[in-house]
Amino acid sequence: MSIWEYANPVKFMRTSAAILPWVAVAAALTLATGLVWGFLAPEDYKQGATVKIMFLHVPAAMMAINIWVMMLVTSLIWLIRRHHVSALAARAAAPVGAVMTLIALVTGAIWGQPMWGTWWEWDPRLTSFLILFLFYLGYMALWSAIDNPDSAADLTGVLCLVGSVFALLSRYAVNFWNQGLHQGATISVAPGDRISSVYSYPLYLCMLGFFLLFVALLLVRTRTEIRRRRTAALLAREVRG
Amino acid sequence: MIALLMRDLRLATRAGGGFGLGLSFFLIVCTLVPFGVGPQGDTLARIAPGILWVGALLACLLSLDRIFALDWEDGSLDLLATAPLPMEGAVAVKAAAHWITTGLPLVLAAPVFGVLLHLPAAAQPWLVGSLLLGTPALSMLGAFGAALTVGLRRGGLLMSLLVLPLYIPTLIFGAEAVRRGAAGLDGTTPMVLMAGITLAVLAAMPFAAAAALRVNLR
Repeated sequence: MSIWEYANPVKFMRTSAAILPWVAVAAALTLATGLVWGFLAPEDYKQGATVKIMFLHVPAAMMAINIWVMMLVTSLIWLIRRHHVSALAARAAAPVGAVMTLIALVTGAIWGQPMWGTWWEWDPRLTSFLILFLFYLGYMALWSAIDNPDSAADLTGVLCLVGSVFALLSRYAVNFWNQGLHQGATISVAPGDRISSVYSYPLYLCMLGFFLLFVALLLVRTRTEIRRRRTAALLAREVRG
Repeated sequence: MIALLMRDLRLATRAGGGFGLGLSFFLIVCTLVPFGVGPQGDTLARIAPGILWVGALLACLLSLDRIFALDWEDGSLDLLATAPLPMEGAVAVKAAAHWITTGLPLVLAAPVFGVLLHLPAAAQPWLVGSLLLGTPALSMLGAFGAALTVGLRRGGLLMSLLVLPLYIPTLIFGAEAVRRGAAGLDGTTPMVLMAGITLAVLAAMPFAAAAALRVNLR
């Protein structure tokens, strides 16, 4: 029994079909509990009700980065071991990651307007997320531009590797740029060390919920991609035969 | 490799080769900016480092599809792939040819454009130096983007979406070096960081670009 068995699409389809309902229900339950709990949490003495945006913002931001890392790993597996399920999983994950990035950016803007007095600030964190979003867009555009599925998987895999290096590089280069522009304007969105348990428990639950939601969406989307690949193969066979 | 370089340079300098187009584009950008922001010298001087660097990026981007597209169309790319020269070497040479025809003229002409935009004289050496160290990375990254999109019919727009995010670190450090120079500060730190990026790009990107080309030629 090894993890590579799931590289077999049939095996993957069977297992994912068994897991999917459980993951989906678990995601719905944790998200519902976490979000309602977070909604009922007391208001912050400084931020007021806007502190509750955190329950969407932080998990989305966390997943946005983690999904890119997952795409990097699956791209590597595809490039090295040529498992089709892996490439399809990377393809399936990209739009979810892009939406997570967008959620993080939009909720951040909605929070920033009353708190910082601006919708957008060229802060290193915000800027690097915008760059990450651009990388997601480019990655998805390249997937949809190439007809041959194997070439598309290869090229997007290479792009994902190069993009990872440059996304990381940009993350720190942006730090440099902003310090050079106006020093001392470090505005951290991250929950500090001494966040009250009133907030942290629902936050952890929301993080778990977002993670489960991603797994469920990923399974659904990968299954769709596999089925699409199968119908394409069947159609091709019919045309030929 | 030398023969390939000479061939690419000869093709680029011939009529219709597009030599100098990037430079003309750069000139147009520098002409348009004062119309957009007003002719006040101090405003122009403040934004000059950014404008010059963004202009250089765009001028470089415009000519990227020429790196492989023509050779792809007439089949010489397939010949190159079967030649004894490794693909990585061919990619590096093609990027070098692109740099000599687009990047180098920009570097040499940059002080003139700097004067147009009221860039302080103290920043001129930094401008030339940062462009000299940064534009090779732009050409090499561009060759990667061109290799990714070479088989596509309308790859130009897609290529800019893929390549421009990769330019961000170079742009940040390059413009920062010039900005520090303009403020009378020492721009060595961003310059050294940018040179590091350029060297890493020159060392690693030929392999990525060659891998992409091989997939496209399959």
